[in-house]
Amino acid sequence: MELILLFFIFTLAGFLGFELIAKVPSQLHTPLMSGSNAISGITIVGAIIAAGADDGSWITTVLGTTAVTLAMVNVVGGYFVTDRMLGMFRKKDAPAKKEGGAS
Amino acid sequence: MNREIVLNSAYIVASILFILGLKMLGRQSSARSGNLISGLGMLIAIVATLLDHHVVNFTWIIVGLAVGTVLGLACAYLVKMTAMPEMVALLNGFGGLASLIVGAAEFFRIQNGTVAPEHGTFTATVIYLTILIGGVTFTGSVYAFCKLAEWLSGKPILFRGQHIVNGLVLAGTVVAGIAYVMSGDSGVQVAAVAAFTLGALVLGWTLVMPIGGGDMPVVISMLNSLSGVAACAAGFVIGNNVLVVAGCLVGTSGVILTAIMCKAMNRSLANVLFSGFGAAPAAAAATAGEGAITGELKPISAEDSFAVLEAARSVVIIPGYGMAVSQAQHVVRELAEMLERNGAEVRFAIHPVAGRMPGHMNVLLAEANVPYEQLVEMDAINPLMPATDVAVVIGANDVVNPAAARDKASPIYGMPIINAHEARTVICLKRGKGTGFSGLENQLFLLPNTRMLYGDAKASLQGVVAEFKSLAGAA
Repeated sequence: MELILLFFIFTLAGFLGFELIAKVPSQLHTPLMSGSNAISGITIVGAIIAAGADDGSWITTVLGTTAVTLAMVNVVGGYFVTDRMLGMFRKKDAPAKKEGGAS
Repeated sequence: MNREIVLNSAYIVASILFILGLKMLGRQSSARSGNLISGLGMLIAIVATLLDHHVVNFTWIIVGLAVGTVLGLACAYLVKMTAMPEMVALLNGFGGLASLIVGAAEFFRIQNGTVAPEHGTFTATVIYLTILIGGVTFTGSVYAFCKLAEWLSGKPILFRGQHIVNGLVLAGTVVAGIAYVMSGDSGVQVAAVAAFTLGALVLGWTLVMPIGGGDMPVVISMLNSLSGVAACAAGFVIGNNVLVVAGCLVGTSGVILTAIMCKAMNRSLANVLFSGFGAAPAAAAATAGEGAITGELKPISAEDSFAVLEAARSVVIIPGYGMAVSQAQHVVRELAEMLERNGAEVRFAIHPVAGRMPGHMNVLLAEANVPYEQLVEMDAINPLMPATDVAVVIGANDVVNPAAARDKASPIYGMPIINAHEARTVICLKRGKGTGFSGLENQLFLLPNTRMLYGDAKASLQGVVAEFKSLAGAA
């Protein structure tokens, strides 16, 4: 990957991020935070490459496996807890008691 | 070559799904599907990476994925809604640590000679940044977790020369970083990387140390942003575009949330981070400034509160951190339902920084089945306050302090508040006579139309609800 292309993507993604989130009702602040937190678990991609690249060094394997585990906790925990939270936000006459056994 | 195209196409799809998902998360009606879509993007990114030709050994990946999934699910389903702030902080920390480790692993691969980066100096620089940001995110989040879970005191901790110490630690990591980037000697490099890793971990801890519980909404959203930036930096380390895109999106969305939180307190980010706000009882509290209200606290019993509420036609409930502490959200909902059955119009007024994380009150009230139409934002409720019969303040303090609007000497002057004082009667539920997070005496409590209902919020409200029930029983 050409370096300059990465910077290009970086700049555009930055502006896009600002545009996307500019107006969010405070109602959704927590789900937005935990949902975007789950996205930051994307670092798992780097972790998988480190853990799976069999380069004969136990250090990178240990580090990679630890990173995969941590990032996976971040991803799975983040997405599912966000879903659980959003499942509780309901309209007045929406079917009550549908909490998926949680809480 | 073919594989490379497939891989990158999958990453493009994943990026699109992240963008769509984030966009949909911003609207109530589409938020839940937005989260699912972004999760699908993550799944595609993970599966695609498993097909990457660099990945040859799957044993440990599968172990990591399995352990992480089990732990993640346990976190997501076992944690109570009241424990959500510390949960978000902890997950953030894990993400930061994972990015740090990705940076460190790449460093070792370069040392071993398994990877030869095209732009050595650049890669070394971004490895430094990944470890620095990831480390600060990790220990900062862990400390925030400890404060929120009350494993450690939530009070700001200040010591003499704190900023100097932080500055020196940061300078130390910069020096070590430069040594690492410039030196060709692998011994020096290992030592430098070890040094700035340690420095980053210390820095995260000491940065969060002087920040008090009431400022946690800012800290959590800032750490959230940093975890994205760390992932983005890791993307530059391994030259991976999906990491750069996703990390950058999270980074900017976190920045926006942080800015919203700061604005809701009328304070700058620097003030939140460095001032140690709330550490000492503010001097201005003792010497009430111009426009301050004087008076005395007038207690009220549960029976009398019931009488006031029973007669009310419109009620606004203003929850704060105290509601979370006493886990009163279910009995609050019960009270609201009884008031509605009694013919009153009930609304909840939510201040953006009420509680310990952005949107904290909304989550708690949603858990208690309060429909979200009843939750009204600060700007929407304030025009309605003068026409409100009773404002019930449940464990909120600074966010309803009229000093913020009137008293120029007050440290919170200029902070937007919910105008509870404009309601005809105000009932404040409070544990004791102590001051709020800012250390200020709340002038709302001294107003002639304010009554104090002392005691644990949950117990007090149960008392009021019991009065309503006995009335219903008698009728």
